[in-house]
Amino acid sequence: MSALLDRDRMLARAREAASAVVDPELPMLTLADLGVLRDVTVDDDGAVVAAITPTYSGCPAMAAMRDDLVRELRAAGFADARVRVVLEPAWTTDWITPAGRAALAAAGISPPGPAPQRSGPVLLRLTPARRAVRCPLCGSDDVTVGSEFGSTACKALYRCRACLEPFEHVKEI
Amino acid sequence: MPDVRTHEPDDHDNAYAGLLVNDAHWAFGTDFEDPLAGVDTTVPDGVDPATLATYCLMLGDDALVLSQRLAEWCSNAPDLEEDIALSNIALDLLGQARLLLARAAAADGSQVPTLPDSSPVPDEDRLAFFRDAPQFRNVRLAEVPGGDFAQTVVRILLFSSWRLALLDRLNQSRDAVLAAVAAKAVKELTYHRDFAGRWFLTLARGTDESRRRLVAGLDALWPFWTELFETHDVERAAARSGVGVDPADVAADVEAVLDQVLAASGVERPAQPPHAADHGRDGRTGRDGEHTEALTALLAEMQVVARAHPGGQW
Repeated sequence: MSALLDRDRMLARAREAASAVVDPELPMLTLADLGVLRDVTVDDDGAVVAAITPTYSGCPAMAAMRDDLVRELRAAGFADARVRVVLEPAWTTDWITPAGRAALAAAGISPPGPAPQRSGPVLLRLTPARRAVRCPLCGSDDVTVGSEFGSTACKALYRCRACLEPFEHVKEI
Repeated sequence: MPDVRTHEPDDHDNAYAGLLVNDAHWAFGTDFEDPLAGVDTTVPDGVDPATLATYCLMLGDDALVLSQRLAEWCSNAPDLEEDIALSNIALDLLGQARLLLARAAAADGSQVPTLPDSSPVPDEDRLAFFRDAPQFRNVRLAEVPGGDFAQTVVRILLFSSWRLALLDRLNQSRDAVLAAVAAKAVKELTYHRDFAGRWFLTLARGTDESRRRLVAGLDALWPFWTELFETHDVERAAARSGVGVDPADVAADVEAVLDQVLAASGVERPAQPPHAADHGRDGRTGRDGEHTEALTALLAEMQVVARAHPGGQW
C-alpha cells in the first residue's frame, strides 16, 4: 500500500470520527452539521488537528466540544489529536447543513432562515424581528415571539397560537 | 455517533435517574482551554506590541466590567424573559472580554500579572482576576452601580450603540485577531442594541412611572456619555498604526442612533452638560485607570475566589 493511500485513509477515518461528535447543547446536531467543524488535517506522523470556530463569543460549549473531539479522535486511534480555533470568517447559521436543519426540526426546534445580509452601517430595529417561522410541532405559521433570548445564546423563544405549544427558534446570525 | 440518551424513557419514578448517564457531555475537563489555540497572534509590522495590548485591554475591560454588572441581574430581573436576556448579553460580553484579554496577553506578556510558577491560571484569567482597579482601563459607564431595570436598559443602549460603531470599524483592523473578534462581536452587539432600543421605547411609552424611571436612568448615566468619545493616547496611537479606532470618529454615527431612539420615544436629551462626571487629576479618565469607587467593590466580588486559589484548577 502506498504511503499516500495510507494517509488518505487516515484522513478519512479522522474526518469520520470528528464529524460524528455532537454539539453538547444541541445533541441532535453533529459539529459538522452545525458548521462549527471547519477542517480536519492529518500530518505525516499521524497527528490530527481539528479546526473549530466558535458560534458566539461567549459560547460555553466550546470547551466541551474540544474535549469531545479529542476524546473521539483518540478513540479512533489517533493518539496525537489537537483542536485549533479558527476565528475568521465568523460563524453564521447559514453553515448549518440541510441535514442539521432537518434534525433540529425533528427535535422540535425551528431551524434558522437565511442570515441577514447588509451593506453599510448596522441598522437599529425598534420593532420585533419578522421571521418566516413555522411551529415545528404543528406546522402553523400563526406564531408569536416570546423573547429574543432563550436557554442558549443561539435561540429565541416562540409560542404557537394554533397548538399553544412553546418552542425554540435558532436565531439567524 | 455517541449515545446522547440522558435517562431511561420509562423511568418516571426516580428524580435522580439519568443524572449520571453519559455525563461526559458536561465534563469540561481538568485543564484550561486556550481561546486562541492555534490562532496566529503575531503582532503586525510597525505596530507597538504594548500599544496593541493596552488597546485590547481597554476594549476587553469595557466588556468584562459591564458583563459583571449585568450578571447581577441574574435571578433578579422583572421577569424570566428579561432575566435570561440580560444573562445572555452578559455572557456575550464575557466571551468578547475573554478573547480580547487573551489577545492582549499574546501581544505583550509583560502586562500580565505574575503568579507562582506552578499556577495553571491562564493569561486572560490573570488579567481579569489579578489586576486592581487602577490597572483596569474600562470606561466608567460600564462600572457605575446598577440602578433599576430602566437604568439598565439605558446603559445597554448607550454602551452597545457606542461599542457596535467602534467594533464595526475595527473589522478593518490591521491586526487580524482583533478584526475577527470584532466581526463576531458586531453580530452580538446588534441584538443587544435592538433589545435596549425596544425596551427604551416601551418604557418611554408605557406608564408615567416607567417613563419617570427611564428619564431618571438617562439623567443618572448622562455624565458618563462623553467619556466614551474622548480619545486616549493609546487609542490615538492604535488608530494611527491601523489596528485601532479613534472613538471620536464614531461620535456622529452613535449620536445619530441615540437621536433616533430618543425621537421615537419622545424623550429629550438631558439638560445637564454631558461632561459632568469628574475627571481625575490632569483630566484622567477610566481609560487611565481613574475609576469611581464602585469598581473596587465590583472587582472584590468578581475576583475573590480566584485570588483565594491562585493555583486552582476548575
